Amino acid sequence: MIAEFGLACLWLAASLAALQLVAASLGQRAGGETLASVVRPAAVVQALLCGVAFLMLLWVFARTDLSVLLVAENSHSEKPMIYKIAGAWGNHEGSMLLWVTIMALAGGLIALIEHRLPERTMLATLGAQAFVGLGFYAFLLFASNPFARISPAPAEGNGLNPLLQDIGLAMHPPTLYMGYVGLSIAFSFAVGALLTRNVTPDFAKVMRPWILGAWIFLTLGITAGSYWAYYELGWGGWWFWDPVENASLMPWLAATALLHSASVLASRDALRTWTIMLGVIAFSMSMIGTFLVRSGILTSVHAFAVDPTRGTFILALLAINIGGALVLFAARANTIAEGERFAPLSREGALVINNVALSAVLGIVLLGTLYPLVTEAFGVRVSVGPPYFNPVSAAFVFPMLLVLAVGPLLRWRRDRFARVKPAVIAIAAAGLVVLLAMWLIAGLALFPLLGVSLAAVVAVAAFLPLQGRSLKRLPLPVWGMAIAHFGVAVALFGMSVDTAFTVEKLSAAGVGDMVEVGPWQVRLTAVEPVAGPNWTALEGRLSASYKGGAGHMLAPQSRTFWAPPQTTSESALLTRWNGQLYTVVGGATQDGRWQLRLWWKPFVTFIWFGGLLIGLGGLLALIGRVSVDVRRRVATRRIAARRAETAR
Amino acid sequence: MKGVRWSLWVLAAFAALLGLFALQLSRPKNDTVESAMIGQPMPQFALPPAIEQRPGLSSADLADGTPHLVNVFASWCVPCAAEAPQLAELERRGAPIVAVAVRDRPEDLAAFFNRYGNPFSRIGADNVRTVQLLIGSSGVPETFVVDGKGVIRHQHIGEIRPEDVPDLLARLRDAKR
Repeated sequence: MIAEFGLACLWLAASLAALQLVAASLGQRAGGETLASVVRPAAVVQALLCGVAFLMLLWVFARTDLSVLLVAENSHSEKPMIYKIAGAWGNHEGSMLLWVTIMALAGGLIALIEHRLPERTMLATLGAQAFVGLGFYAFLLFASNPFARISPAPAEGNGLNPLLQDIGLAMHPPTLYMGYVGLSIAFSFAVGALLTRNVTPDFAKVMRPWILGAWIFLTLGITAGSYWAYYELGWGGWWFWDPVENASLMPWLAATALLHSASVLASRDALRTWTIMLGVIAFSMSMIGTFLVRSGILTSVHAFAVDPTRGTFILALLAINIGGALVLFAARANTIAEGERFAPLSREGALVINNVALSAVLGIVLLGTLYPLVTEAFGVRVSVGPPYFNPVSAAFVFPMLLVLAVGPLLRWRRDRFARVKPAVIAIAAAGLVVLLAMWLIAGLALFPLLGVSLAAVVAVAAFLPLQGRSLKRLPLPVWGMAIAHFGVAVALFGMSVDTAFTVEKLSAAGVGDMVEVGPWQVRLTAVEPVAGPNWTALEGRLSASYKGGAGHMLAPQSRTFWAPPQTTSESALLTRWNGQLYTVVGGATQDGRWQLRLWWKPFVTFIWFGGLLIGLGGLLALIGRVSVDVRRRVATRRIAARRAETAR
Repeated sequence: MKGVRWSLWVLAAFAALLGLFALQLSRPKNDTVESAMIGQPMPQFALPPAIEQRPGLSSADLADGTPHLVNVFASWCVPCAAEAPQLAELERRGAPIVAVAVRDRPEDLAAFFNRYGNPFSRIGADNVRTVQLLIGSSGVPETFVVDGKGVIRHQHIGEIRPEDVPDLLARLRDAKR
């Protein structure tokens, strides 16, 4: 009954979305006020119903109800509870339901609290939101029903891919989906603004928290995903330019550009059409990413359920949503009045360069991801990897970081170079000192050398905008900006140093043997069999000492799961402030020794610390924006109350 | 009007993208990389015996008028052990099977055959993977169907599962024609 109840809730939610769409469209006309008053309640109730449907799915997974097809295919009664729950979204149907649920909740929230925009624009926005939502409801109900039953019920489930039985999985997809869905709200606002020709700073202010929220989740999602791949796959790398990674990077790049252009629109009423376009592009990238991943047309390490019918469905959704928005944009763009003008040397000017560079990188990643598809259409198989992505994107990212260093120091509208000259000289000096030092002492290759120097430049520049301002009274968003920009420097430092100084050692070691890797001496003390709830493993016991210091124990495993049967490498990591020792144990060699794979990765953790700092910066900015909004609400309410009192 | 023009470019690019996606969706996806040697005569080679009890394998042995299955395997490979019952079944049903043992040692092979049985009439020792590379095999286990003139007709990648047995027998029959 639980599954049927969930399905019923989903159908009801879908019909409310249809009501919301119709009422929002017809409510725009004269005399449609009654219909228009239905739109916001419909969005709220839809959100509740969707939430209930998702809870029902969690319930059947928690109980391991094997008469539900999805549970039988993806769960197992012996799995730990946390992975049973996470299994609900560790598959195609469940993850689509999660997507729709988050989207409905976000739609319900804006319907409930957002009153800053003209009601016409809000109606158009909620209508657009319902339109996008309906497509996903149809996809769920007709092509990916998560509540389908199987009869007779199997005695035991198939299990979940053991690689996914990790706490990383429990958090990674929901985080990314929050990001995607936040961008869908930005998309709906953009479409609503276009439909009602109402592109104003207010519109940007309303849209901004959603972009910020989406951007924070995408940042954290990508950071966590990268770390997860790093320690779970056992390859020692943290970014592979895999199509699925690119699918999450592209919306992030678009959202980063959108975030900056929306702040120009909010503060200066400039870049109107460009912001709208980015709003459309950002969500389009989320959808294209989803399509690439789910249709199976690209070969990737992330094998989702591959199904051409579903691919066709998402393709149709892509065509309707994005195509529709682009046509609308083409028809309306020239009717939107031009915004305020600004000089090339100004905060706006720097942000435009940042936007162009981010868009260029987005184009580069998109092209590299799709290029194999293009050549395959002509019968040639290629694979595009780091030799393309790294240098070509660096060519745009490095100049962009220089602009990032200087841009926040500039004034809005117009500025003189003489005013910022001392700061620019300080920044350049920091960069040059590091450049020379690293070149002379360490003799780095070009890209790591530039990377480390730029990291120094950005790190110094990140805090210069705080100079001469009262730190106590500094608005939170400015703190957020400084911290996020500093995070970029930290991550860039980690990437460059890791690229330049990583030491790798592959060896066959007998018990008692010593292997040296970088400053570490690693001794294989024993190899023992161990057992877990649904796996057995060979565990290597390693004793590692840094520059002859005390020994630390590490225990990498080579695990064999039995449901479904699969072997994985569980790496063991030892973290110091200045890097990580990464150890993997493989199979036995013919002469009774063991394959040991060791890496010393200096400062590699800075990559993810940087990612976290970027997310933290975003969070501070979001708290700052929302608290201003809340204070404004409280103030208007108080003024209204006082007026009512004096009137009496 | 400038705004309209560049948005039309974006639209055109998006339409091209959709076209590309639709084209790719309409094609069946095949992710296995097949040997370029299919349809080609077996390259010249002569491998020494891998164990004492069976002769070695040369390309001339394969062009003797009868089609063969050529199993590329190793005693150290787990899927090779998993496919042993299927190979035994193929032999029982009259398929002539010869083998290329990749990077192996006689004592390991003997232990392997003791445990899983030996369906092979000839076993060549390919200690430096020359033959494996010549015939375009990328890993173990792989099974090739070679016709009586020594032409490679089919490549089966990965272990032979029970459901693959009829297919391999049918291909062997086809290779007679």
